[in-house]
Amino acid sequence: MGQTLSEKIISRAAGHEVQAGDLAVVQVTMTMTVDSIAESVIKVLRQELGAKRVHDPERVALFVDHVAPACNPATADGQVLLRRFALEEGINRLYDVGRGICHQLMIEEGLVQPGTVALGSDSHATTYGAIGAFGTGMGTTDIALAFARGKTWLKVPESIKVQVHGAFSPGTTAKDLILWLIGRLGAEGASYRAVEFHGVEGSSLASRMTICSMATEMGAKAGLVPPDDLIRQHYPVPEWLYPDADATYVQEIMIDLSKIQPQVSLPHQVDRVAPVSQVQGVQVHQVFLGSCTNGRLEDLHLAASLLSGRHIARGVRLLVIPASHRVLMDAVADGTMSTLLAAGATVGTPGCGPCLGRHLGVLGAGEVCLSTSNRNFQGRMGSPEASIYLGSPATAAATALAGFIADPREYRQ
Amino acid sequence: MGKVWKFGDDVDTDQILPGRYAPYMTGEAALARHAFIEYRPEFARAVRAGDIILAGRNFGCGSSREYAPLALKRCGIAAIVARSFARIFFRNALNLGIPLFESETAAQEIADGQEVELDVAQGILVAGERAFPLRPPPAFVCEILHQGGLVEYYRKHGRFPGEPNS
Repeated sequence: MGQTLSEKIISRAAGHEVQAGDLAVVQVTMTMTVDSIAESVIKVLRQELGAKRVHDPERVALFVDHVAPACNPATADGQVLLRRFALEEGINRLYDVGRGICHQLMIEEGLVQPGTVALGSDSHATTYGAIGAFGTGMGTTDIALAFARGKTWLKVPESIKVQVHGAFSPGTTAKDLILWLIGRLGAEGASYRAVEFHGVEGSSLASRMTICSMATEMGAKAGLVPPDDLIRQHYPVPEWLYPDADATYVQEIMIDLSKIQPQVSLPHQVDRVAPVSQVQGVQVHQVFLGSCTNGRLEDLHLAASLLSGRHIARGVRLLVIPASHRVLMDAVADGTMSTLLAAGATVGTPGCGPCLGRHLGVLGAGEVCLSTSNRNFQGRMGSPEASIYLGSPATAAATALAGFIADPREYRQ
Repeated sequence: MGKVWKFGDDVDTDQILPGRYAPYMTGEAALARHAFIEYRPEFARAVRAGDIILAGRNFGCGSSREYAPLALKRCGIAAIVARSFARIFFRNALNLGIPLFESETAAQEIADGQEVELDVAQGILVAGERAFPLRPPPAFVCEILHQGGLVEYYRKHGRFPGEPNS
């Protein structure tokens, strides 16, 4: 019987053939946790499970990105604990303050490989599907058990096939595609399922990461793109890693990319999606360009192409937080950073930034933010009386220039 | 007996426990006091051990933060009944040993604040004159709940649910 990409990967990791609906215990090739969760993982691992060591320090990665640098003594203490844990366990893969966002580094640093199962203590671990890995987010207890065993258990998901064709119209991006899809399927439209994206061969790795990172916003367990030559150039892709032509999908969705317009998520739910034209003119106080969803060089390039030679509007703050140190270095080297700074941007330490409302750009009551991140829940970025709209880096740049939510197609140059 | 705390659809983990109130930010001792701190501020003050959360669709969507269900457990929430659960929240709550049930009708027909009685073993929720049979969870879920959570399950069996004995 034909298998989906998820069924193939999980079959390999389980050591026997599985299909959707089966319970499987699988080898996990990389498990990661971050500064905000590490303390609780260490507590479950050592105190509750009584584990003496992690199963294999080579298959564990640790990141200081959620509050980096620390914003108060409590977070500083948590980071001290994480660094000590890395030393005690002999974990070499500790990416400290300023190195960047966990999901970005998992792919950039080659910590996750096509055809493997990787776990993160963060829901956006679905990002790893961009290179054909089964990445999924889990909580403290599951991550601690994966640290202790090098394995986890999961139910093999059914899959939804998204078949795209055509090309994006100018000013429209992968972010608009995934927002449009979330709007169509709803916040639980892919719950417990994997979403396979077919026909995105023309898109960059960065765009695929944007799409896969937000699969979790429709409840998906994983979001995957079948690897093609682009991925083979950079990662070892096993020859069996493709979905069978006769694989079973619970739903198939066809999308003509040329029909997608710039999309925006409205407060306070990611699946409240509208074309940007419907909310044009909403006054904005802060624009955030960054996050695991849209903080890559491609995103900074796109924003800079609109901002070049112009200046952001009075009364707007434009926060740019590159997804990693490498992204920041590249953006400095090619002049993108100069363009953004000249346009009035403020640049922050690579990491999660204000996405989850803990530091580096927390919102006050009555403030409105247009963010390139992935969640606009009430109170997510600060005051519960603030409003968050989600959009693409192009929409973010246009909005920063206008001072209100603006259509990027009107600001292209 | 417990009181019902009723919620709508798509209650997200930032509503249950905003990231700014995470143990990482404020220490773990205060966790129970911060449950629904902005979304429903009276919750943490008035909730009693044995109370039940009754919710609509997709309860617990969003972040993988296990401290969201942990805060509810620390408040003494005896069970969560919802029309449906978000995937990671379901798994986290189950791992912590919080009984979870799906029910279309109970969530719609029982009022906020109503006194109810829940028989976890039988899967029946009684509200006044009415008894709502709850959909029985899959066997592996029952096994984990029976042990009080995944850590307890693992310590007892030395394996994951569905994993053969080594």
